[in-house]
Amino acid sequence: MTLFFHGAADPMKQFEVKTWFELPPVFGYDISFTNAAGFMLLGVVLCIALFGYAASRGKIVPNRLQSIGEIGYGFVADMIRGTAGEEGLRFFPFVFTLFFFILAANLIGMSPYAFTTTSHIIVTGMLALLVISIVVIFGLWKNGLKFFGLFAPSLGDMPILGKMVIYAILIPIEIISFIARPLTLSLRLFANMLAGHILLKLFAGFAVTGITAGGIGLLVAPLAFGMGVALNALEFLVAGLQAYVFAILTCVYLNDALHPSH
Amino acid sequence: MLAIILAADAASGAEKAAFPPFETWHFPSQVFWLVVLFGSLYFVLSRFILPSIGNTLERRESSIASDLDEAARLNDEAQDAQKSVEVSIAKAHAKARETADKARAKIDAQIAAETAKVDAEVDKKLAEAETRISALRADAMKNVESIAGDAAQSVLGKFGSKAAKADVSSAVKSVLAKG
Repeated sequence: MTLFFHGAADPMKQFEVKTWFELPPVFGYDISFTNAAGFMLLGVVLCIALFGYAASRGKIVPNRLQSIGEIGYGFVADMIRGTAGEEGLRFFPFVFTLFFFILAANLIGMSPYAFTTTSHIIVTGMLALLVISIVVIFGLWKNGLKFFGLFAPSLGDMPILGKMVIYAILIPIEIISFIARPLTLSLRLFANMLAGHILLKLFAGFAVTGITAGGIGLLVAPLAFGMGVALNALEFLVAGLQAYVFAILTCVYLNDALHPSH
Repeated sequence: MLAIILAADAASGAEKAAFPPFETWHFPSQVFWLVVLFGSLYFVLSRFILPSIGNTLERRESSIASDLDEAARLNDEAQDAQKSVEVSIAKAHAKARETADKARAKIDAQIAAETAKVDAEVDKKLAEAETRISALRADAMKNVESIAGDAAQSVLGKFGSKAAKADVSSAVKSVLAKG
């Protein structure tokens, strides 16, 4: 009993990756099917189930579930139109996949005993790298060298000396901020999910250990439990919000690739 | 309280690595499955699901637009129909008024003719009645003369004087003529 609680009270335990099925290594890399992969698969399956249903039903008058799928479609389309314009819609499937992949992972993570795939830096980092790679490759392909105009916004009419001074300061800042993008993009999602789940686990742990410890712990436990409930609501908000933030920042960065002049 | 948690952490954390997200052994597996699953989700969504949903939304939009057009057309038709109904009602009113006027005129003429006829008859009857009345009155006056003459003669007789019947009657006649 105590052992169970000790294990459950460790707020880091929920982030542990466990191998479910061993798979033969590929090029010396271990690609075993883990709990991380399992919950990722669950998210993908749920996304395909929901939107596949909405797509296959396809009635002019939708029912509720079809409506949910279509609202998701419209939501992402409007998000892209709002930040990157009509041309941004060529990235619609990518942004859509990204948003609902992250949203599904975050929301599945809210379920007790579930694994939150987005609470691992390797996952968010790969997603952010994917976004930035698309921005850079598409930007260079579409605009050629003009893409680097991103780092040197036009300053309008100004003496050449003033321009040089400003560019000397501005260009390094722009380059650094561009390089920082994949870092902030991945860290924001990772840190939010990680910290939220640690907090949830901590307060839940306080409640449980408070009860088992007795004495003053019996007074602390209800408070900790109430806090855990409140944090749970907050974490649902964070789960949706972080998926939205990731997607909308992707749109903003894609907008830079589409229209590099500020 | 905190001490209990910390003790529990220390006890369980001792034999474990501190921070699972920074362990590297599972990175290849995570990357592999992320690529596979994200890639397949992207493939299924972009190839099959999203075009189909977009298609549905487009169809809905166009069907709503065509329904609205149809509604506007029907509305116009209804307004036209109402206008034509109003015109025909006005026509019917005018016709009814005309018919009523005609009927009234005809009836007025009839009434006038009847009235004239009845008036003529009444006049005739009045004239007849008047001649009869004047004849009767003349008869009556004659009777009055003879009664008055008889009365006067008998009065004179009471006073002891006698008068000729002719005298008395002429005297009565003159008095009556004055009277």
